[in-house]
Parts: sequence; structure tokens; C-alpha cells
Amino acid sequence: MKVLLGVGGSDLSYRALDETLTRAAETGDDLTVAIYENEDADDDVETVARRVRERLEESGVEATIRRIEGSSPGSDLVNIAESEEFDRIVLGGGNRSPLGKIQLGSIVEFVLLNAQTPITLIR
Amino acid sequence: MTRTYPDDPADAFPRPPRTFTDGEGREVEVVAADAADTEDLVEMYLDFNPEDRAQGIPPVKDEAIRKWLDVILGDDCLNVVARHDGDAVGHATLVPDNEDEHELAIFVLQAYQGAGIGTALVETLLGHGQEQGIEQVWLTVERWNEPAIALYEKVGFETSNAESFEVEMAIRL
Repeated sequence: MKVLLGVGGSDLSYRALDETLTRAAETGDDLTVAIYENEDADDDVETVARRVRERLEESGVEATIRRIEGSSPGSDLVNIAESEEFDRIVLGGGNRSPLGKIQLGSIVEFVLLNAQTPITLIR
Repeated sequence: MTRTYPDDPADAFPRPPRTFTDGEGREVEVVAADAADTEDLVEMYLDFNPEDRAQGIPPVKDEAIRKWLDVILGDDCLNVVARHDGDAVGHATLVPDNEDEHELAIFVLQAYQGAGIGTALVETLLGHGQEQGIEQVWLTVERWNEPAIALYEKVGFETSNAESFEVEMAIRL
């Protein structure tokens, strides 16, 4: 399966990375990791890139890393998935508010509403 | 992310404890609550209709309900409970975030909905908040939940962000 994973530096995006790598190690998925800056997350894009590289090395999974530079990572993820015929988009999302409500960030929400590609949300 | 609050503070809200007759003629009292009310609230949430859950709360199972109540009945939170014949039938909570603002939520058992108890809970909780010096309160509500949005507007909340799945509303006390 050709998988496009988006990582923007939130805790849940790293969890999605771990779960996707574990799965890819078993299934041999053709994995592309798209990294971008998520304004709701603490890590800047350089930190995200470094952490993704480290985890890829640790896991031994081969994956393509590419960087999304634009101001609308959600829209870019949707376009990449469609134009390059990915089978699935994987994203982490669904943080909890102080009193426990699940909330989706704007990037995840955009992808969920606009993608024609099946999406796996890791939370 | 900066949240927009109304410029002017709201008027004084009623403070707990408070007794009123609901739309169905039931005598309901709204009182301040804390961790000592855990068991009564666990019982209420076990009876809670799963269809009335919003954004993943309240949790469904006993253990998860207790874990969640542990957080929202904590010392830094404010709570009020609506009681009828001694049983908890509604609950409202204010939980601090990292910016010294407070998130609000209300829950009313299905058989007690539509009788003004939700409004009484919100007003009394906000009165309790005023008493404790809380100034900024926000909430999120699903955009299709028109009855809840109407209730919050009536109490004085204004929409602060409507760009996502949930509408965010805020009030200044």
C-alpha cells in the first residue's frame, strides 16, 4: 500500500509516525513522510525533520521524506495524495481540551473534509 | 491562539445554592460540588444517554468516568450539580486551561432536558465563577447543536471562532 503520512510536530503526529513505522515494518508499505510546520505544535519544521529522520533510522524502515513549505499543509497533503495516487493518508489528531473534549486541529480537519483518499486518524 | 472575548463583562449571575421549579414542575436545587460528590456523579453519568455525548465526553465506562471526574472535580476547578429528590440530574464544570482562562461544559440527564435546568446550571456556575474571581470563560459546541448554542447565547456567550467543526464561544465575567 502506498501511504502518505503527515507529521507537523504535535505529540499525536509523532505517535502516528511510530504506529505507521511499526505497521510498515510488517507490511512493507511504500511510505512517504510529509513534514510541515503546524502552528498549533511546539516543534518547528527543522526539529520535526530531525525527529522523523531519527525515528526512521531506529526503525530500519525505508521511507521518503519530503517537506511541505506552503502555508496550507492540509491542502498540499490532499493534492499530493491525489496527484500521486496514494492509497491512504495517515495523520495524528484529536487532542483533549482541559476538560477532556476531543478537538481536531485545522490541518486534520481540512484533510478529513477535502480528501478523496481514505484517511486513517491516529488518536 | 488568542481567543476573542466580549468587550464588556456580563452582569452578576445567581450564585449557588439556589432552588427553583423547572419547566416540568419539579423542585430542583443547584449547589456547589467537589470531589465529595464523586459517587453521585458517577451514578448520573452511568445513566447518561450515549447519544448526548459530545466530543468524547462524558466517558461511558465506570472506570473512565471516575478518571475524568478526578480531573474536573479537582481543587482548581469549579463545579455545580443540579439535584432532584437528592439525585444528581445535571452537572456543570469550569476547568482552568494554561492561560488562566476556564473551559465550561454542562450535562443534563435526558429526562431532565428542555426544562430550564441547563440554563440554571450555566448561570449558577458563572455566578460561582464570579464569586471566585474568574474573568474569562470559553466553551466549544458542535455546530449542529442549535439548542445548546441558543442557550449559551441567551446567557451572554458570544461566538469567538466558527471556522472549525466546533463553534467556540466566550464570555467575560
